[in-house]
Amino acid sequence: MTTFNIYMTGVGGQGIGLLSEVLLRAADHAGLMVKSVDTHGLAQRGGIVVSQLRIGPQAHSPLIPAHAADLVVALERHEALRAAHAALKAGGVLIYYDALWQPLAVRLGQAPAVSAEAVAEKCGALGARLIRVHRPNLTDARMQNIVVLAHIQRLGLIAHLEAAHYEHAMEDLLRGSTLEENLALFDAERQPAS
Amino acid sequence: MKSMGEMLLRREAFAEIVMGNTALVRAMVVAGTQVVTAYPGSPTPEIATAILSIPADRRPFYFEFSTNEKVATEVAYGASVNGHLATVFFKSVGLNVAADTFVQLSLMNLMGGLVVVLGDDPGANSSQNEQDNRHYAQLAYTPVIEPADPAEVYSFYIEAARLSRQLRMPVILRLTTHVCHAKQKVRFPAWQPPAQVDRTPRFDVGNGPYIPLPFSVPELKQRALGRLEAVRGQAVACGLHRFVDHGNRQRGVIAWGLPFLSLLDALGDVQPKPDILKLGIVYPLDHGQIAAFLDEHQEVLVLEELDDLLEKEIKAKAYDLGLRTKIVGKLDAGDWIGEYTADKVKGILHKLWPDLVPAPPEIALNVAVPDRPPQMCPGCGHRSAFHAIKQALAADDITVADIGCHTLGYLPPYELGQLLMCMGASPGIGAGMSLFNTNRRVLVFMGDSTFYHAGLPGTINALHNRHNLTMIVMENGTTAMTGHQDHAGSGRNINGPAPKLPIRKILEGLGVEAIFETDTYQQRQLTDLVRKAMAVEGFSVVIARHPCMLKFTREARRKPGFEPRRVDIDQETCERIHACVAVFGCPTFTRLPDGQIEINPDLCIGDGSCIQTCPTQAITKPAKTGA
Ligand SMILES: Cc1ncc(C[n+]2csc(CCOP(=O)(O)OP(=O)(O)O)c2C)c(N)n1
Repeated sequence: MTTFNIYMTGVGGQGIGLLSEVLLRAADHAGLMVKSVDTHGLAQRGGIVVSQLRIGPQAHSPLIPAHAADLVVALERHEALRAAHAALKAGGVLIYYDALWQPLAVRLGQAPAVSAEAVAEKCGALGARLIRVHRPNLTDARMQNIVVLAHIQRLGLIAHLEAAHYEHAMEDLLRGSTLEENLALFDAERQPAS
Repeated sequence: MKSMGEMLLRREAFAEIVMGNTALVRAMVVAGTQVVTAYPGSPTPEIATAILSIPADRRPFYFEFSTNEKVATEVAYGASVNGHLATVFFKSVGLNVAADTFVQLSLMNLMGGLVVVLGDDPGANSSQNEQDNRHYAQLAYTPVIEPADPAEVYSFYIEAARLSRQLRMPVILRLTTHVCHAKQKVRFPAWQPPAQVDRTPRFDVGNGPYIPLPFSVPELKQRALGRLEAVRGQAVACGLHRFVDHGNRQRGVIAWGLPFLSLLDALGDVQPKPDILKLGIVYPLDHGQIAAFLDEHQEVLVLEELDDLLEKEIKAKAYDLGLRTKIVGKLDAGDWIGEYTADKVKGILHKLWPDLVPAPPEIALNVAVPDRPPQMCPGCGHRSAFHAIKQALAADDITVADIGCHTLGYLPPYELGQLLMCMGASPGIGAGMSLFNTNRRVLVFMGDSTFYHAGLPGTINALHNRHNLTMIVMENGTTAMTGHQDHAGSGRNINGPAPKLPIRKILEGLGVEAIFETDTYQQRQLTDLVRKAMAVEGFSVVIARHPCMLKFTREARRKPGFEPRRVDIDQETCERIHACVAVFGCPTFTRLPDGQIEINPDLCIGDGSCIQTCPTQAITKPAKTGA
């Protein structure tokens, strides 16, 4: 089995940690060899959070080499483009939640914000598949990660991972009403668009 | 996974996905560790998280966050000479603070054993340098054991504890950032808690001398060196080393820690692969084992992250033994810098063996996306403080930062805190900058945890030597940047209620006469107080207080009936002056291409500290977000 690399990124506070932990445990429940690492030096201070996950017996270090991610998962548009440049492999898949948390230079008026077109253009140049997710009516921004997880599952972006593996992983990690809300959202979002 | 605490105490064997930092705590439990001390710092805080997941009444050992790393080391030492197996952990630069005590440990008979767990940070992911703490180990005749992944963190700690107890000497378990934070499934053996633990204080001067003075130092040093040789003698038998035999008698690599895993990734399926000698104990080296490996290969690469300690030692030994093997270590300055990731290792292998490994991909500078430096959180009291303090300063006044969340004030739009060194350094640096200086006023910042940690000596010095400077104590009631650990001013320690040591009272007790104090959200008042303080001749202090809003908001969200609030922009009133987004700079404010300002509903916590910063009062009072 060849190694499958998943590079997850977002801004501190967006819930990359949970997303990554669910994928890690889901992969384990699916019986896959898996390693991961979070790089969260100043995670909660509005900086970039990256989590890396590697599936397969040939993955030794938990860190993914440059331009070697089969799947990039981003929770924010600027970080989607940044990861497409740094991590995404040609012909890979980029899925991102189109939240916009402006970086400093944009807020100071010194740089333009990244557009959705710029992300699409980069993916086009890489021959990568692009999936944009956005739910303007989502009540709790901290559940954007679950929406993305549901799409990863529905589109089968990670081989061998069934819905039950994701759900099992969420049950490992969450409790009470939080668990119920997240499971319900996961389930609803997995239904094909009517 | 049920609860982490339950897992860490499980009696039967089990396999679970854990972080390196969590595996370490299971090892502490199984090894029978009795006393654990620490001061928070990345990459180690999750060790404490795992410890605290075990309910206090079931925790098989005592744990504390000490005031700083030096004190933590002293507490662990005291416990060890009483016969208890002890462990102290902290981040890389913590060893600088602990050094005065640490360097003495190997001279003593540590009856219970003492493992020093270091969280080194190659690549300076979250530290002010990437210092290689193996230098300290050599300075202090202390063995170093280095695991590569969470499974090894577990087994190597057990071995470190065994060696330490057996030889009554300190042993370093050196972790690096991505070993601490790596997660994988680890198989843990069963554990039978001891029927009874002997906690008798067995300190006995007969085990000494414990007084290192001219009469005793030669003898103590002799014993330390002897113990180092004893470890060298056991190094191979410990079973921590591994020979990865690819049948290559031409080329070999000596590697250990995370770089060993990077090496395997970097080699991928190239053929023929070099043989690999993977080390566990990296100081002292077993020379026989190294010599045999050298002897079997014509060319050996010492793959050594950061500095070149092993390379030098191995070359020297080969010279003594008359070995003809070509030994290669660092080829240029780049090899000394940064973490040895697979890409980095590919580059190193390519320089040496271009026929074997192709050049790694060029990492293009990413110009397409603006940088995202870490920011103070929405509602952070430090932001209000910087916004207010800036108004009180002249253009050429000097501001000195210290370590903590408020370090981020150096970034635009505030640009306050123009120099940074290490914890507690600001009053000392500020004092030096105030000498011969009659026209540029000096203002220094200090976090509250840092004040207790290492800020007191500089503060006392400023008083004692009558320096002319103003110190702003950025008091948020917690050690925020490393994950909200309590400190001496919190009124609580990790184990329960504790006396509160208010900074104001300490300063008064020291004799500081000019002390001003306000909540940082009172921005106008703070500006005023800073002006007053800076007009004082001599040492003055402003306590700029506001609770950490990240901590506050998290706690509030957990309470029943919590209703999120946020401010809004009245677009009719807004004149697009942009003070909110570009001068106050809360990340909540979003700038649309046409210059209109919006609130990011995912970020705003409805603290309202921004309202006073709008010259046209276009920011509305925080209101419930009618979801
Ligand atoms: C010697 C040393 N120990 C630990 C750290 C890790 N560290 C970085 S920031 C920080 C917190 C400082 O807390 P405080 O002074 O209260 O400031 P805050 O982050 O709360 O604003 C610590 C402990 C360090 N950099 N140096």
